[in-house]
Amino acid sequence: MAAEQQYIDIFLECGSAINKHSSELLNSKRAEAFENFKKNGFPTRKVEKYKYTDADELFAPDYGLNINRLDIPVNPYKVFKCDVPNMSTALYFVVNDSFYPVSQASPNIPEGVIIGSLKEFSEKHPEIIEKYYGKIAKTEEDSITALNTMMAQDGFLLYVPKGVVVERPIQLVNILHSSVDLMSNRRVLVILEENAHAKLLICDHAMDDVKFLSTQVIEAFIGDNSLFDLYELEETHNRNVRFSNLYVSQSANSNVLLNGMTLHNGVTRNMTNVSLEGKGAEIKLCGMAIADKREHIDNNTFIDHKVSDCSSNELFKYVLDDEAVGAFAGKVLVRHDAQHTNSEQTNRNLCATRTARMYTQPQLEIYADDVKCSHGATVGQLDENALFYMQQRGISLREARLLLMFAFVNEVIDNVRLDVLKERLHVLVEKRFRGELSKCEGCAICK
Amino acid sequence: MLQIRDLHASINGKEILKGINLDIEKGKVHAIMGPNGSGKSTLSAVLVGNPAFEVTKGTVTFEGKNLLEMSPEERSHVGLFLSFQYPVEIPGVSMVNFMRTAVNEKRKYLGQEALTASEFLKLMREKRAVVELDNKLANRSVNEGFSGGEKKRNEIFQMAMLEPKLSILDETDSGLDIDALRIVAEGVNKLKTPETSCIVITHYQRLLDYIKPDIVHVLYKGKIVKTAGPELALDLEERGYDWIKAELGE
Repeated sequence: MAAEQQYIDIFLECGSAINKHSSELLNSKRAEAFENFKKNGFPTRKVEKYKYTDADELFAPDYGLNINRLDIPVNPYKVFKCDVPNMSTALYFVVNDSFYPVSQASPNIPEGVIIGSLKEFSEKHPEIIEKYYGKIAKTEEDSITALNTMMAQDGFLLYVPKGVVVERPIQLVNILHSSVDLMSNRRVLVILEENAHAKLLICDHAMDDVKFLSTQVIEAFIGDNSLFDLYELEETHNRNVRFSNLYVSQSANSNVLLNGMTLHNGVTRNMTNVSLEGKGAEIKLCGMAIADKREHIDNNTFIDHKVSDCSSNELFKYVLDDEAVGAFAGKVLVRHDAQHTNSEQTNRNLCATRTARMYTQPQLEIYADDVKCSHGATVGQLDENALFYMQQRGISLREARLLLMFAFVNEVIDNVRLDVLKERLHVLVEKRFRGELSKCEGCAICK
Repeated sequence: MLQIRDLHASINGKEILKGINLDIEKGKVHAIMGPNGSGKSTLSAVLVGNPAFEVTKGTVTFEGKNLLEMSPEERSHVGLFLSFQYPVEIPGVSMVNFMRTAVNEKRKYLGQEALTASEFLKLMREKRAVVELDNKLANRSVNEGFSGGEKKRNEIFQMAMLEPKLSILDETDSGLDIDALRIVAEGVNKLKTPETSCIVITHYQRLLDYIKPDIVHVLYKGKIVKTAGPELALDLEERGYDWIKAELGE
């Protein structure tokens, strides 16, 4: 209980500089966020939701902030070679927490679709953005969200108007690049109006061997009958700390797929909060974590079945090696009126060593009486019989272990609805298990 | 080809094999029979290096090399194959991937180039025919959802792919209907050459009608207590094991 003081001080001291380099709309939410942050402080491990990741401790060190938006001398379009090539995505960059200007518009993005800087477009189109910004990411409920709301100056916006289908996958690459320890606070807003389709891939990379601390808040509003895929792929390094809060609000008959994959990291805490607001909404929430050394991955999910006839399907798989720590806390709430809910939650984990730790906490809270819900969690080791069977066929123990671990996480990759990404993930995961992916492959800077 | 001398082995401190002596010559089929719990499956497990068993005494030499010093995969590479009594299901690992890895690791060990994808698929096609294994099964996860008969056929298919010098069939006939038994046995016979040998572990004469043994052994209480020609199997079928126990003075 002391880590928050420096952020309170920074805000009081630099509030006007923060405002100066952001938009009116983003600025309008800061005061309330600040009050909530000051009141609640950082969650300690006594707070149930933050039991497995010590926010107070992780936010305590002194990191630099780029409040005055000094230019970072890097052109990501030149230096960044994507880990997911051949996807021909519409590619965008956020460097630390600033949107990197696009020199020319990506082809094959239908008219009316807005993709770009949250700061810029909240100035150009406040009438659209104000209906959504800060509406589901409640600052009184989560201090990380409060901190992000009071500090974030820019980020990424995806807006797809009514009836528009964006065929081309959109890719946002978050690059962390700094010569000194750095904190960044970025904000992402996704708005899909009715009958809209979009697929977004967000990749996190850390390019320098300094300590990074990031907060990210994503709000996604998915309209009636809309279809949205969000893939998040983290490939950072052991000195990276990431706190990401994702809020999704789904209207009637919308279909959303969320897939969060952590291939390399330091400390990661991902919170996912899905609210099923309209009848017939479907959510598939997947996650995969591969961790070794002392990596730490904590996924906290909450699915709120507010109305009837919705379905949720959750699948998280972890493979933990060395002294890695994994945590999964998944809560599904089926409210009184949410009849005919169909909900399934699965969390399966492999601990490859005796020193790896997995904490799992599946929770189901049901207040409706005509529902079908199930949940299950397992923590185990690789199947000895299968290993020996493979060895008898001449497959070395190392290779046999790889095949089994790969098979284990494959189930999560199979849910990816983009074939090129799926193929690429197979390669990346295999490399990861073979130890060939010590950090992100894609960046030219770290080579 | 294989010489076993005074082999003792135990599991969890309990001694199962109590001094096995056995010689397998090139080109021969040996049957090992014996009542339940006599140590037949333990013998096969020990030969292929199952880590659950501990060898406490004795030697095993395979083509002049000390087998007991080798890892299970190395034993496979030098030509030892076990058709499991209970083949293991491996969800998520496709048969193709599994076999390709196995074949190429063996080739690597022998200093040969890895097979290309098309060479490998051609080999799969050829060998599948040996046991009439459906292509659909070859595309599934290893043994997952296979019937008992399919699993055993899959074992012989893998044997065909790996071309072992010495194959051990551990109760390959258990759980098979007559047709499957015939297909599996014919598969084994097709793979037989003057250079390869086979140990058939079974309870019943039935399998030996198809796979003709040259020599039959009876394993009882961890020792080989009787060795004779193929007529011994018929004798056992007719008279059971009691007369052998009687000969031993029990």
